[in-house]
Amino acid sequence: MIKLVTAIIKPHMLDSVNDGLKGAGVQGLTVTEVRGFGRQGGHSETYRGAEYTVDFLPKLKLEVLCGAGDTEKVMEIIRASAHTGKIGDGKIWVVDVERLMRIRTGELGDEAT
Amino acid sequence: MVLRRKMIIGAVLAAASLAAIATPAWAQEAEVLAEDVQTNLDNVFVLVSAVLVIFMQAGFALVEAGLTRAKNVANIMMKNLMDFCAGAVAFFAVGYAIAFGTGNDFFGWTGWFLGDDAFQYGTLTVPVTFLFQVAFAATAATIVSGAMAERTKFKSYFVYSIVISALIYPVVVHWNWGGGWLAQLDTPFHDFAGSTMVHMTGGIAALMGAIALGPRLGKRGPDGKPRAIPAHNVPYAVLGTFILLVGWYGFNPGSELAADDAIGGIAVTTTLAAAAGAIAAMFAIWLKSGKPDVAMTANGMLAGLVGITAGTAAVSNLGAIIIGACAGLIVVAAVLFFDRIHVDDPVGAVSVHGVCGAFGTICVGLFAVEDTDFWQQGLFYGGGADQLVSQVIGVVAVGAFVAVAAGLLFMVLKKTIGLRVSEEEERAGLDVLEHGAPGYGPDVVPPTVPTPIGASRSSGSVV
Repeated sequence: MIKLVTAIIKPHMLDSVNDGLKGAGVQGLTVTEVRGFGRQGGHSETYRGAEYTVDFLPKLKLEVLCGAGDTEKVMEIIRASAHTGKIGDGKIWVVDVERLMRIRTGELGDEAT
Repeated sequence: MVLRRKMIIGAVLAAASLAAIATPAWAQEAEVLAEDVQTNLDNVFVLVSAVLVIFMQAGFALVEAGLTRAKNVANIMMKNLMDFCAGAVAFFAVGYAIAFGTGNDFFGWTGWFLGDDAFQYGTLTVPVTFLFQVAFAATAATIVSGAMAERTKFKSYFVYSIVISALIYPVVVHWNWGGGWLAQLDTPFHDFAGSTMVHMTGGIAALMGAIALGPRLGKRGPDGKPRAIPAHNVPYAVLGTFILLVGWYGFNPGSELAADDAIGGIAVTTTLAAAAGAIAAMFAIWLKSGKPDVAMTANGMLAGLVGITAGTAAVSNLGAIIIGACAGLIVVAAVLFFDRIHVDDPVGAVSVHGVCGAFGTICVGLFAVEDTDFWQQGLFYGGGADQLVSQVIGVVAVGAFVAVAAGLLFMVLKKTIGLRVSEEEERAGLDVLEHGAPGYGPDVVPPTVPTPIGASRSSGSVV
């Protein structure tokens, strides 16, 4: 069974997460620049003496495909390496992947991860 | 500055004729040669200064683009491009004659299209005199684009550019630099390089434009308080500010209109006022909002420059620092004030050029170190209030004239072409709807003949 691990992290934590995942032998990682808010609900900045709120903060979305047996390890690596302890560190979730194919070779399922 | 130059030429000529009587032929030739060299030096210096002032257009473009939003960046660049171009042609055709032609105390009427009788200053040639002046006219014109940013119809802005360079700015200039009534007061009004003539003229026109337009959508919060609409590119704004500083070394020293021993001192007062303005503005906004705001600090440097422009030749180095620092404090207060009364000026043009232009002009009456042929000693140096009164008269008169003229212009534009874009266009950004494409577009790869699914791209055969 293939799983898709998706994580939202702070942009400046990417290098540390990347190092952790590569070290654990993860073979692929997709990164998307996204914006959003969670419990922190945006934050306020000042410009020319006036305050304004940024509702959607810049974050990165990471996507990793892995076998069912590896999901715990991948989640733990991301959690440990993206952790700052301050609000806005993000979330990780895992969903089942119905089918998977590598475009170059046409391999399917586990062989394609 | 006109008188001083004439006196220098007179002295040189007198020296040359004395030398002609007293010395042999070879020495006489050398004296004439020296005078030619001076004439050429003057022309070269003023031409290079004019080019520096024209480079300020790039500074204005970057400051304004940086301090506004990405969706309007092509529009603001286009306005900066066109106010220079429309202004240059209009000033050549009409403006230069109104500003410097022979006429009455209020406007001139000789030398249209740089034709016969076109004004030439001292030993400067007509083209050099014109180029320097057209650079100034374009500066006054381009100040307005920032205050009217992100919501003005391009068509209307184009018409405005022509009118300010052809009519409004030239009339103001004639009053003083053209030998008009401000130059003929008992104690003549003194504005060395244009705190009032150029900057306040642009600043007041900017104020009228911003009022006529109304604030940008979303500038006023639901609670009635002004909201910040942040800059999209602070590096542009700071780079533009530095370019303006460099251009000012043409603006102020160039206004000496001669390559003489005064230009160095002018460059120094210019530098000190710019630095003091930025420092003062930084501390003011730091105390106010808890952070040293970059955009406001950049405004502070420009405020110092605008403030010193009138008195750059008349004040001491310490005076320059005081004037610059005060301008830096004033610009922060003015930006916050105009925000509070809901005059939406996205780049602070009204505060920098209008308010600090008036302040700097008045400062001549306070900080002028000594009596000369061109200005009286200021109040702070024990020179009495004569110069101060003349400065106030000039500021009030020019301010009132520009407010009425620009106010009328924007009212007519509002009733005819329309001044403001539609709400939908303002929300989407002006780049695409006014000019056809965004300033920062995506990389478009034009589609070629589509490859059918399953076809090999090299052979083109269908499997």
